[in-house]
Amino acid sequence: MPGVSTKQRTPTTVSPKARSSQVPAATDPSVIRNFCIIAHIDHGKSTLADRMLQLTGVVQARNMKAQYLDRMAIERDRGITIKSQAVRMPWELDGQTYAFHMIDTPGHVDFSYEVSRSLAACEGALLLVDAAQGIEAQTLANLYLAMEHDLKIIPVLNKIDLPSAQPEKYAEEIAYLIGCEPEDVLRVSGKTGDGVEELLDKIVAEIPAPEGDAEAPARAMIFDSVYDTYRGVVTFVRVVDGKLGHREKIKMMSTGATHELLEIGVSSPEPEATKGLGVGEVGYLITGVKDVRLSKVGDTVTSQNRPAAEIIGGYDDPAPMVFSGLFPLDGSDFPVLREALEKLQLNDAALNFEPETSTALGFGFRVGFLGLLHLEITRERLESEYNLDLISTAPNVVYEVTAEDGEIHRVTNPSEFPEGKVTEIREPVVDATVIVPAEFIGPVMELCQSRRGTMEGMDYLSAERVEIRYKMPLAEIVFDFFDQLKSRTKGYASLNWQGVGQQAADLVKVDILLQGDQVDAFSAITHRDSAYAYGVKMASRLKELIPRQQFEVPIQAAIGSRIIARENIRAIRKDVLSKCYGGDISRKRKLLEKQKEGKKRMKMVGTVEVPQEAFIAALSSDEDAGKEKAGKK
Amino acid sequence: MPSTLPLGDPVPADGGFPAAVAQALPARAEAPFGLYVHIPFCSVRCGYCDFNTYTAEDLGPGASQVSYPDTLISELVFARQVLDAMGAPERPFSTVFFGGGTPTLLPPEELARILTRARELFGFRPDAEITTEANPDTITDATAQVLAEAGFTRLSLGMQSAVPHVLSTLDRTHDPANVERAVHAARAAGLQVSLDLISGTPGESLEDWRTSLEHAVALAPDHISAYSLIIEEGTAMAAKIKRGVLPDIDPDDQADKYLLTDQVLGAAGLTWYEVSNFSTSEATRSEHNLNYWLDSDWWGAGPGAHSHMAGLRWWNVKHPAAYAQRLSGGATPGHGRELLADADKTLEHLMLRLRLADGLDVAGFNALPELRRSQGEKISRKSVQALVHDGLIEEDPAQPSNAHPQGRAVLTLRGRLLADAVTRRLAP
Repeated sequence: MPGVSTKQRTPTTVSPKARSSQVPAATDPSVIRNFCIIAHIDHGKSTLADRMLQLTGVVQARNMKAQYLDRMAIERDRGITIKSQAVRMPWELDGQTYAFHMIDTPGHVDFSYEVSRSLAACEGALLLVDAAQGIEAQTLANLYLAMEHDLKIIPVLNKIDLPSAQPEKYAEEIAYLIGCEPEDVLRVSGKTGDGVEELLDKIVAEIPAPEGDAEAPARAMIFDSVYDTYRGVVTFVRVVDGKLGHREKIKMMSTGATHELLEIGVSSPEPEATKGLGVGEVGYLITGVKDVRLSKVGDTVTSQNRPAAEIIGGYDDPAPMVFSGLFPLDGSDFPVLREALEKLQLNDAALNFEPETSTALGFGFRVGFLGLLHLEITRERLESEYNLDLISTAPNVVYEVTAEDGEIHRVTNPSEFPEGKVTEIREPVVDATVIVPAEFIGPVMELCQSRRGTMEGMDYLSAERVEIRYKMPLAEIVFDFFDQLKSRTKGYASLNWQGVGQQAADLVKVDILLQGDQVDAFSAITHRDSAYAYGVKMASRLKELIPRQQFEVPIQAAIGSRIIARENIRAIRKDVLSKCYGGDISRKRKLLEKQKEGKKRMKMVGTVEVPQEAFIAALSSDEDAGKEKAGKK
Repeated sequence: MPSTLPLGDPVPADGGFPAAVAQALPARAEAPFGLYVHIPFCSVRCGYCDFNTYTAEDLGPGASQVSYPDTLISELVFARQVLDAMGAPERPFSTVFFGGGTPTLLPPEELARILTRARELFGFRPDAEITTEANPDTITDATAQVLAEAGFTRLSLGMQSAVPHVLSTLDRTHDPANVERAVHAARAAGLQVSLDLISGTPGESLEDWRTSLEHAVALAPDHISAYSLIIEEGTAMAAKIKRGVLPDIDPDDQADKYLLTDQVLGAAGLTWYEVSNFSTSEATRSEHNLNYWLDSDWWGAGPGAHSHMAGLRWWNVKHPAAYAQRLSGGATPGHGRELLADADKTLEHLMLRLRLADGLDVAGFNALPELRRSQGEKISRKSVQALVHDGLIEEDPAQPSNAHPQGRAVLTLRGRLLADAVTRRLAP
């Protein structure tokens, strides 16, 4: 309805909400705008989203809680968004009411597959950059992803209200990156609302409307699914072709599984049931299913009665990249841990685990993660939400080991490393991108080189900021690489990486033996050049941590049968209280009882008694040492 | 006794025993019965010492060096009343031991007066062993004579070391030369002589320790107690070690010194009968101390003193003034007590017997009714054999005989140094 604009806008909390909203399932694709926001953590994405919710009137100011879309407590704690959601908002420009679907994307590299699915649901993306900080490596990675998806990019500098904002400088940087003019970069403040209305108008003007065949069999792409305690799995979809209706029987095209739609609707941002969803629309489906793994991100939903022939491209099972053993400190918590992992899995299709037994640490689980942040968040949730005390083994990547007989072993745990000779070991490699002020190029290169990195290129984003690209083994990144990077660059470096396959490498498995018996928790797969250092470090650490026994205990580090490092715990020679008279007896007896209790908590490695604390200390001191170093900087 | 008192149940004001303890007393009438008398005074507080002792001469009413003997005697009277009230049989003391502190800081006549009152109240068995600890400086021919005439049979001298710098680190002020004088005086008065030695003092070399052992042996004592120094929390020495003023105790050094002790004393005819105690013969062992290890009964009189009667352990209030106040009000000086459970008794039996050269009678242990009642695990032949194999228990005494059908577990020299580990391995 082109015509005279009658709407009035006032920069107050009164909403300039469109006078009418488009009705879901009856919205012409030409008035739909689907977009996401690409931003680094802390660059103000959630605050800007909040402001949009307010300006479009879907959330009243009095109901506003900071960062409305970050629902989970842990997201609010960390200030980051793990799970994306889609919000439908009305907006009016020149007398025409539009329906916006804003898709919130996770910002972290661990979740890049989810990011790519969110991007695939959009026609445009807001590139949001902190005007005081400039673009970061992860943002850049997601920007490239968005460009690959042919999304229309609207560059936006946020936080222009900050005294330290340098919009001119960073506008130039962005212009260089996406090939526009610095003047085209919008300047907004999510905090004050400055420039946000102009941004909303620009979304209408620049982002293309979705296209699809309304008459074709229904096809909708799942870009997220979350588990809700009351409603079961809530699946977020973008309809590409056709239409999905209430009470319709739907079919998951990758598995063939069928479900009845109990509810279909849009988030605005609270869920509102609708009659259905049509071409270009974004909304949610509820089927009563309890397990998100039955509603896989990337999969295509179609109608059972009139199924589509072809799946929407780009579907991929998220593959865990990093594995770690998680063990409860108190062995009796094992069932609690199992239950907790099962519950988390309901909402996290990427999480996979299987039981693992360690002589040192008892019963636990080998858990696969998308990356280190995924590991950290999962562990944190297990500890805070399920009240578990956990110990995790050093994370490792997945190796492909070819044994002499030609058999290929997939090794996610050093204990799975085949015995005997191996002909080849392949490890995952990644393309790592570091963005850093130019003054830190030296330290960054030094670090990457010490981690077996091969330089692939370097670009100046501006006079002061450089993008450095390395090909590196993933194993070198999963330990303390990011901490090291931060500490060597005064916290300025940002890192992004993505898997680019595998490469053969000269890797060995180093075992740690106590009196000839292998301690499984300390076995590690390392590059041959680092094996000796690892062996020496673990042997001397254990020597400090394991109490003297009645016999001498050799600690050895070995590659196969070859000993590469050795320490000795000398036998204890005196373990007797010299004086034990009348008044000493009770005290002495109680001490013995305490020691007996302590003995129960000892783990036996062969005949060697090792206090559990020693295992924990040996496994965690890397982390502590890293933190200490970082703290001193 | 250590200065830190265990936690326990309160002692009733009349000092009465639980019924089960009172009922057990008649059957123990013939068993050894000891009296420990604590004298809580010292002229100097030694840096390593955490015993309940004070250097002030006057600690309050009834607790000055002058009034203390009467206070102590009032506990003996109280003890007599309690035992009578509990229906305990007549039971003369078989051993008496004056310890401290420094008992000989009191005039010998006062020690004699306390001893005489104890005899009047309870009686002594013929051949009762009556010992007092003494600072070497305080023993002359005259004092030794007074003690012997009062009935003391044995003198335990706090020699500790023969090396001046070691004595100085220990804050011992006695003149090493006086040890010899005291030994001769005791001998002349017909008293048996025991010497206390401490090994492993910070700064003491192995040769220093050898010197001390050789000096001690040259004095031809009947008995030597040789302890490894224990750093007790809260002592001045512990603080010095913490601050780095003194080097910490090295358990390997202590082990070396223990081996030397066994060697030097053994060569001089003094053999071990308890981990830290050596004597020239069975007759010169300390009966009083053996009774602690053989589950016998004793009454400990004095502030902080511990007692044991038929499975009941109790301990007195620590401060001499509080102690005197309790007794002057006619109440027990007992501060806390514990009635040993069956499992406690079996564990004590095991840990104490294992420390003795006579060893642990394995069949006797396995037959203990307390072990059965507490459903404790018996000691298996296999676990004894494993200890023999590890060189911690002597092979021969472990062999079964008629007297000991499952053999005795007697610690080897190495086993003595690891006695606590052996106890843990056998503990039910």
